[in-house]
Amino acid sequence: MNIDAVTFLSVDLPALLAALFACLSCALVGNFLVLRRQSLMGDAISHAVLPGIVAGFLVAGTRDTFPMLAGALTAALVAGVMIELVRRLGRVEAGAAMGVVFTGLFALGVVLIEQGPARQVDLDADCVLYGQLEAILWLTPGGWSDLADPAIWATLPRQVLQLVAVFAICLTIILIFFKEFTLVSFDPALADTLGLKSGLVQHVIVALAALAAIAAFEAVGSILVIAMLICPAATARLFTDRMVPQLALSLLVGGVTGVGGYGLAAFGPSLLGYDMAVNAAGSIAVLAGIILALSILLAPRYGVLARVTGRVMRGAAA
Amino acid sequence: MLQRLLSDNFIPTADAGVGALAVSGLSVAYHQRLVLRDVTWTAPAQGLVAVVGPNGAGKSTFLKAVLGLVPSLTGTIEVYGRPLKRQRALIGYVPQRESVDWDFPVSALDVVTMGRYGLIGWGRRIGAKHKQAAMQALDRVGMADFAHRQIGQLSGGQQQRVFLARALAQEARLYFMDEPLAGVDAATEQTILAVLRELDAEGRTVICVHHDLQTVAETFDHVLMLSGGLVAAGPVREALTEENLRRAYGQRASGLLLGPR
Repeated sequence: MNIDAVTFLSVDLPALLAALFACLSCALVGNFLVLRRQSLMGDAISHAVLPGIVAGFLVAGTRDTFPMLAGALTAALVAGVMIELVRRLGRVEAGAAMGVVFTGLFALGVVLIEQGPARQVDLDADCVLYGQLEAILWLTPGGWSDLADPAIWATLPRQVLQLVAVFAICLTIILIFFKEFTLVSFDPALADTLGLKSGLVQHVIVALAALAAIAAFEAVGSILVIAMLICPAATARLFTDRMVPQLALSLLVGGVTGVGGYGLAAFGPSLLGYDMAVNAAGSIAVLAGIILALSILLAPRYGVLARVTGRVMRGAAA
Repeated sequence: MLQRLLSDNFIPTADAGVGALAVSGLSVAYHQRLVLRDVTWTAPAQGLVAVVGPNGAGKSTFLKAVLGLVPSLTGTIEVYGRPLKRQRALIGYVPQRESVDWDFPVSALDVVTMGRYGLIGWGRRIGAKHKQAAMQALDRVGMADFAHRQIGQLSGGQQQRVFLARALAQEARLYFMDEPLAGVDAATEQTILAVLRELDAEGRTVICVHHDLQTVAETFDHVLMLSGGLVAAGPVREALTEENLRRAYGQRASGLLLGPR
């Protein structure tokens, strides 16, 4: 197979960058959902924001980020209130309430897409599930040498620049408030007695997760958002017992999965002799799942294999 | 008294006469059920206070409501004569061990350092000075060798000592502890009791939920007896009487103080 420079630069590179930064943002924020045992929250957020995104789009009539972001945040707030209502009035546990509300809102979003004028434009149910990685094009560079020019990077597609910006925001906030986020995730009661409002910090964490989810949504779709909020953080947890390595490893896993998954989808089939490409977001999510599954089996200390052999060895010693 | 004056950690009580904690008219409800009714109580300016009462008497709820961790229906809380919100730096808290997830990827030293966060300030880096103070607190409870252990790999007693060290690292004047001696090994119990006596000698106040009535008199100076409300309060000798126990525990009270000794 051969890939000429222009095709790679205009089709594959922007998609790779979008996948990479979508994965990095979700992986980073996902740590605080996984460690607080609120993984389902990531699922809920990425589904519940859909009607908001569609409504924002319908009201504004454009695919600009701001109206969609405003709609998504509104939907997230509405979802929060509805989950609390269902939990209290229905007397069910929080997980069940979340499950009902986020599937309901997601369905509402799909109905809106199918019914509204959105049908005439490029917002449809497929794009919602799988994203539009392949549709992100960067037509400016004419060859490898162009990449040396800093000005050309500013012409990257809007989606890519947005994802980079969102990652920068998430990273900055988490670096500055790393110790506060850790404290609130571990022991919110202590945070409150020290005068740090744990409820407020928890809302910031959920808001960051929503921001990462919304930004990633358009490029990679909801399936990948869910996988990326959970899998890298859960994988990292199997290899370390400390917070800093946990965050670093989740970023590494997220980055490798994003780039590797896209590479598999774009170039894998042609390497095997098939003249086709597989859906990129789907294969990134599958790769994330495979890496997590292998880690659960093979991780040095917490892996299934290590624990079984450890038990056998202790049995032999006793 | 002399020993107290010589201690490095002696806290001069300029505002002597003001109670460490003044609770007035505190009522708390959980799920539409009144758990505590109209508790008015002033803690002594210094000393070890045991909060006792039967299961479900509202002992933990009392601590949490005083600390503002659960909403109260009515009542005011003052710490050294001022509203609690302005006195947070003077307060230390040891929650029940079950209240956190011990699988969390932090070390014993990390957890103890969290006790310093109020002193460090929000959004600030943890300086060497604070790491050192956290290490000293761990050493004080005999856990220095375990500083870099992940907290899930510690025994229950060791976890309890880490929580106590975290409170020590706060350098508070008024401590709230929720059953620090529940289900711990003998060595941990000795360590915790020794630390309580040190805190007392340094002139601090410790308000401690305690379930074992038989050991109250050995360790504590004062008693706050709760059972859905205030039953009795005062020096152990005056408050921990058969009659008060009967009022708090009902007929089961007979023999609670004697026990199989």
